[in-house]
Amino acid sequence: MPELERTPLFDLHVSQGAKLVPFAGYEMPVQYAPGVMKEHLWTREHAGLFDVSHMGQVILRAKSGTVEDAAASLETLVPVSVLGLKEGRQRYALFTNEAGGILDDLMVARKDDHLLLVVNAACKAEDIAHLVANLSESCEITPITDRALVALQGPAAEAALAQLVPAVADMRFMDATDLDWNGVPLWITRSGYTGEDGFEISVPTDQVAAFADHLLAIETVAPIGLGARDSLRLEAGLCLYGNDIDTTTSPVEAALEWAIQKVRRTGGDRAGGFPGADRILRELDEGAARRRVGLLPQTRAPMRAGTEIFAGDTAVGTITSGAFGPSLEAPMSMGYVATEHSQTGTELTGDVRGKCLPVTVADLPFRPSTYKR
Amino acid sequence: MKYTEDHEWLRVEDDLIVVGITEHAAEQLGDVVFVELPETETQVTKGDDAVVIESVKAASDIVAPVDGEIVAVNDDLADNPGLVNEDPLGGAWFFKIKVDDMSQLDGYMDEDAYKEMIS
Repeated sequence: MPELERTPLFDLHVSQGAKLVPFAGYEMPVQYAPGVMKEHLWTREHAGLFDVSHMGQVILRAKSGTVEDAAASLETLVPVSVLGLKEGRQRYALFTNEAGGILDDLMVARKDDHLLLVVNAACKAEDIAHLVANLSESCEITPITDRALVALQGPAAEAALAQLVPAVADMRFMDATDLDWNGVPLWITRSGYTGEDGFEISVPTDQVAAFADHLLAIETVAPIGLGARDSLRLEAGLCLYGNDIDTTTSPVEAALEWAIQKVRRTGGDRAGGFPGADRILRELDEGAARRRVGLLPQTRAPMRAGTEIFAGDTAVGTITSGAFGPSLEAPMSMGYVATEHSQTGTELTGDVRGKCLPVTVADLPFRPSTYKR
Repeated sequence: MKYTEDHEWLRVEDDLIVVGITEHAAEQLGDVVFVELPETETQVTKGDDAVVIESVKAASDIVAPVDGEIVAVNDDLADNPGLVNEDPLGGAWFFKIKVDDMSQLDGYMDEDAYKEMIS
């Protein structure tokens, strides 16, 4: 087994009593002493600090020097309007493959003269290789190896971060801004993966422990592990790459049409021109045979990933994420079902250890998100 | 009290044994969110899956530690699965089993041996 990597906050995790597990090649905190349930609820009520330094940060800079050229280049790999992104703004995107499947999901921020991409830890090597293979004629692709990434999420996140960096109070959802903390250059976005208002903050590696210590000294801020990160994102209806989306799922099947702006769709000025466009544009017009939906088990038994879904005796789908929702106080799942059974309110069953238990198709998110728009 | 390698505790009550999980096991599981109990009057064989515990992390099985008949289950756990974390050695017993042969208990650990195993 290859050696696990550690993030720059490893010592902090240990000192905070984290239980560490292997995740995407890193030794990561799955929970701290309070446990998943309390950490989840703390984030919903106060503010949670997450180490997401395992994720990939990549700068894409056009050789011409103009950010528009970098954006136009990236548009050849994603079905998203990158050219339409204003300076200082961030957007969700997807790398697609020729078959119309999803290679990874990512965040793209437009800075003054470059794009900043944040990609999943488990995909970052492939993503960087994909960028190099396809864009290196027009762009310089620079993986950022001297910065850590933390997320501060929850209703108290703004007030807490503003104690260190007052200007964050002026940011709104999906803003991307460079700000200083005692001379330390921070790359901040107002976004996250919990359904809460909050921030993701890229911090130079040698300063991140001090930065995290300052945040944790604020009484509303507690460290939160990957366990709660997963239940928070699932309540928020957000996909986990590798579970809910992968190379076998198209953006339309995954109900991610909202991420594909009109300008990239049939009839738009920059329609198509990304891998898998034939299938994805067709599915945008005609729909797909299956669809990602929320699924609420009607008993207390959670329905985990892999649970088969039935309409009567007919198998109609599979659960891709399932857990107990601490804020919902009930089990929750998401998964794919045949489109004719994807209407909200449709009553289906899930096979849990050989028993057919009732489950109802539900809208996502399970819990309204509280972004500062 | 006897202990199994699966972190169950077994308490003898006349010809019944009461089965639960240890504090150590409860801690390892994390917050328990669902407990699926067996039917009473079920005959079980040592090693059969008897209970499913779902925590925030995953599902785990509790196996029947001896041959016998399930004669009672703890219905409180259906409404309050968190009891497994709050009171694993008391209120969160899972089931009572009428034992065919008490000598099946002989192979299990006493408290000292169990503590040594988890240390």
